[in-house]
Amino acid sequence: MEFLIALMVGALVAAAVYLMLARNVLRFLFGLILISNAANLLIFASGGLTPEAPPLIAYGADAPPPGVANALPQALVLTAIVIGFGLFAFALVLVYRAYQTMGTLDSDDMRLAEPEEKP
Amino acid sequence: MTSLIVRAATRLLVGLLLMFSIWMLLRGHNEPGGGFIGGLIGATGFILYAVAHGSKAARVALRIDPQTIAMAGLGLALLAGLAGFIPGDGLFAGQWLFIGATETDKGTPLSTILVFDIGVYLVVLGAVLTMVFALEEEV
Amino acid sequence: MANTHTDSRFLGGPAGWISILLPLALFGWFAQHIPAVATGEVLVWRLDWVPSLGVSLGILLDGLSLTFALLITGIGTLVTLYASSYLVGHVHYTRFVCYLMVFMVGMLGLVLSDNLLALFVFWEVTTVSSYLLIGFDADAAKARRNALQALVVTGMGALAFLAGIIVLGTAAGTFEISAIEGTLTDHPMYLAIFWLFIAGAFTKSAQVPFHFWLPNAMAAPTPVSAYLHSATMVKGGVYLLARMNPTLGGTDIWFWTLVIAGGVTAVFASLVAIRQTDIKQILAYTTLMALGTLVMFIGVGTPYAIEAAMTFLIVHSFYKAALFLMIGVVDHGTGTRDATVLRGLGRAMPVTMLVAMVAAASMAGLPPLFGFIGKEFMYKAALDAPAMIWVLGCIFSASVLMFVAGGIVAFRPFVGKLAETPVKAHEGPWPMLVGPVLLAGMGLTFGVMPDWAETLVRPAAAAVAGGPVEVDLYLFKEVNTAFLLSLATFGVGFLLYLVHGRLRAGLSRFKARFDPGWDRLMDGVAAGSKGLTGMIQTGKLRRYIFVTFLALALAMAASVWRADLTPVIPPLDDLQFKHWAVLIFIVAGALLTAVTNSRMTAVASLGVVGIGVALIFIIFGAPDVAITQLLVEVLQVVLVAVAMLKLPYLNREYVKTVRGLDLILALSVGALTTVIMLAVQAAPIDMELTRFFEEASAPLAYGRNIVNVILVDFRALDTFGEIAVVAIAALGAYALLKGTRRPTP
Repeated sequence: MEFLIALMVGALVAAAVYLMLARNVLRFLFGLILISNAANLLIFASGGLTPEAPPLIAYGADAPPPGVANALPQALVLTAIVIGFGLFAFALVLVYRAYQTMGTLDSDDMRLAEPEEKP
Repeated sequence: MTSLIVRAATRLLVGLLLMFSIWMLLRGHNEPGGGFIGGLIGATGFILYAVAHGSKAARVALRIDPQTIAMAGLGLALLAGLAGFIPGDGLFAGQWLFIGATETDKGTPLSTILVFDIGVYLVVLGAVLTMVFALEEEV
Repeated sequence: MANTHTDSRFLGGPAGWISILLPLALFGWFAQHIPAVATGEVLVWRLDWVPSLGVSLGILLDGLSLTFALLITGIGTLVTLYASSYLVGHVHYTRFVCYLMVFMVGMLGLVLSDNLLALFVFWEVTTVSSYLLIGFDADAAKARRNALQALVVTGMGALAFLAGIIVLGTAAGTFEISAIEGTLTDHPMYLAIFWLFIAGAFTKSAQVPFHFWLPNAMAAPTPVSAYLHSATMVKGGVYLLARMNPTLGGTDIWFWTLVIAGGVTAVFASLVAIRQTDIKQILAYTTLMALGTLVMFIGVGTPYAIEAAMTFLIVHSFYKAALFLMIGVVDHGTGTRDATVLRGLGRAMPVTMLVAMVAAASMAGLPPLFGFIGKEFMYKAALDAPAMIWVLGCIFSASVLMFVAGGIVAFRPFVGKLAETPVKAHEGPWPMLVGPVLLAGMGLTFGVMPDWAETLVRPAAAAVAGGPVEVDLYLFKEVNTAFLLSLATFGVGFLLYLVHGRLRAGLSRFKARFDPGWDRLMDGVAAGSKGLTGMIQTGKLRRYIFVTFLALALAMAASVWRADLTPVIPPLDDLQFKHWAVLIFIVAGALLTAVTNSRMTAVASLGVVGIGVALIFIIFGAPDVAITQLLVEVLQVVLVAVAMLKLPYLNREYVKTVRGLDLILALSVGALTTVIMLAVQAAPIDMELTRFFEEASAPLAYGRNIVNVILVDFRALDTFGEIAVVAIAALGAYALLKGTRRPTP
């Protein structure tokens, strides 16, 4: 399965990069979501994959049974998901507001800060 | 765009989702759940309510501004962290109090850890609702 | 600038008299150390400033720094007194005084610092305050431009100087001047240190070819010209060379660089001085001449030469400050500084005339003034110097021309018939006369009583030479070559003065055009950086992103290549149907998102990807993560759906055109990620932390969900930071939507 996840991550990253290079900033946002997912998967899979054994301790026990899934990357990924969502939501609002102000979603036409040189 | 059935059903669903979210929050330390998940579930409930009744009604149902909830949660989490200083431990060192503990039973545990998790819950709930409500009201 | 002074407070109010008393008090404090220093004692105080960088505020008070400190505070007192009247009623008088005090502190720090890094900081304090003072009349474009020119020239030099300090500190093993042992002339880095220090000193002290900023700096108010740009700041470079003479001096390159640059500066500047008609410009160029002379004699480096340099340093500070202040009084009293206009002011301005003539006599080197002694010893040193002909030639021609300049500046304007001036000629108020009178008087006193001057010159020369120097100043001892040369100077100078009108006309035909060149250089730099910026900063977001990902791809490729990673394909026999299903889910979702033109399809495919990822979390024992992922998926769809209502459709032409370069880059980054990830997975995992969390969760943290325990207990501080980010993102979004109404595009 590690191999398959590596393939998935590669596919996600490739699609994300292609989207982020598009002129339409909405596509850029889609790319952002994909690359967040890729990063989360990468961290998760790099901590080792253990099927169907969540890192929980039975009631009354002092330690989990041997061979449970690695808890550390799970904790990292969990917060990364929530932060990724926060980032995405903020970026979405930014795109929305930029469209309201500038009337375009084409990043090439968003030139308030760096106006095009008039020859 | 919303039918009577949806509106009636959401009242029930929102209550259930909220209770579920608090249950997820409280059991989080021992079973899957916790502040992040609880906060997200709670936010889903209110968003559902906003979809059915409009964000104004959802704000009324929430009573407090979502951004205030988020900030209060952040403050609560910080307080829970600072509490670690009181007995002389470091920042964010958890403090526990077992009510009615006996030799065999731990009793009911109360801890700054739980307070911290409630802070996380409030931040996630408040932050998500802040953004969703603000965006909905723009449209 | 010089306004009426009837309605204003005595000595410019609190700002005025504080600025007068502060330098005076400091002067007193320094003066009480004269006896100790005169016996050759070196006083050192030390205070740690940035111990980790080895920067300390060490004060080193020897003959050299004491001489400078006395000049800085003494002339400072007189100049601030002068300014209290000169700038009386000026709106920004207080600001002016603040700049002046900042400068004074910087200059004192420069000459007193024992630590080279602290010295550099103070060096820059003087540069910046000089910039502010030259541009004090900020409404004038010329003042701003000249201030910037001075800042850029001396600032560039200072950067070189800083580099030099660092190299020297590394070579010597210390940044403390007093701790540098012996010389560094044999060190392999000597040449680098030498040129970097020279760059700093020559720009600061305006040696040819960096001289052009100094005459332009005369855009500053007259007290500034008298104080910074003649008596003190411009001597910072001279101070540096003198201070470094024991460490860096004594080599052929030191000798020839300083002697040639100094000599050229001296002769060139005195020729240009004669050409000017604005008396302030004449004085500016004679200042250049003095700086050149000082540099030349420090370069010569014989005990005589150092004695002559230290004497002339004091001589020049006295007469030049007096003359600058004098021309301020004349400007103030007549409304012009044009040497061709001013005539016969003697009757209207008797005190000014007296000051001008005494100070100019010192400049011309007439006995019994201190200037005569200075010139006499320079001749003596020149006769004794290696490359005698060059040094003597330079100093002789410069001295002759100084004689002429003295006549133009201080004799001609005051004699003859009173000429018409813009303002009816009248004497200046007393605060403007005290300074020039005292300074000119000092020139006379030291001339008559050379023993007093010896008290300062001897320890100063000893500090420069790095050992005791025999100093014996006298007005006249015997008729010798130096004395005869002095007589020749007067004779030739007098003859040239008689024809100075024709001399000026003749010299005016040769114009060294440094300023237009400077402006072209600055324009070129501006245009160049603009072009470069335009090339790099296209203002197109996707260009920036392309470069970013290109860099990422190159970095990943480099690490793959260097670690020689060949992708290891692990055995695939344990794969089940659900694994393949997830793979197809995710890859199909990603591809569909990348190629679709429909917003709804895109959102749906993103959902498919998200759910696929959540499935992986479920399969591999991460229920918390999976639940979070699913909930976030839901919220994402809600947000996008809400926003879509007000956003336009995706552009249609997107699918038709495949962006080849982008596609290649995207595929490379994706493939490289896969390769690196396979390599990471093949390596053993360090489970130490995980094992700790597993063992400690229940007994120490009383929690059985290890993931949650990590989040809210073990790593609670991290989590706190993360929820803070989430809260800030929410507030940011809220502010964007609800904050100030949108500006019109």
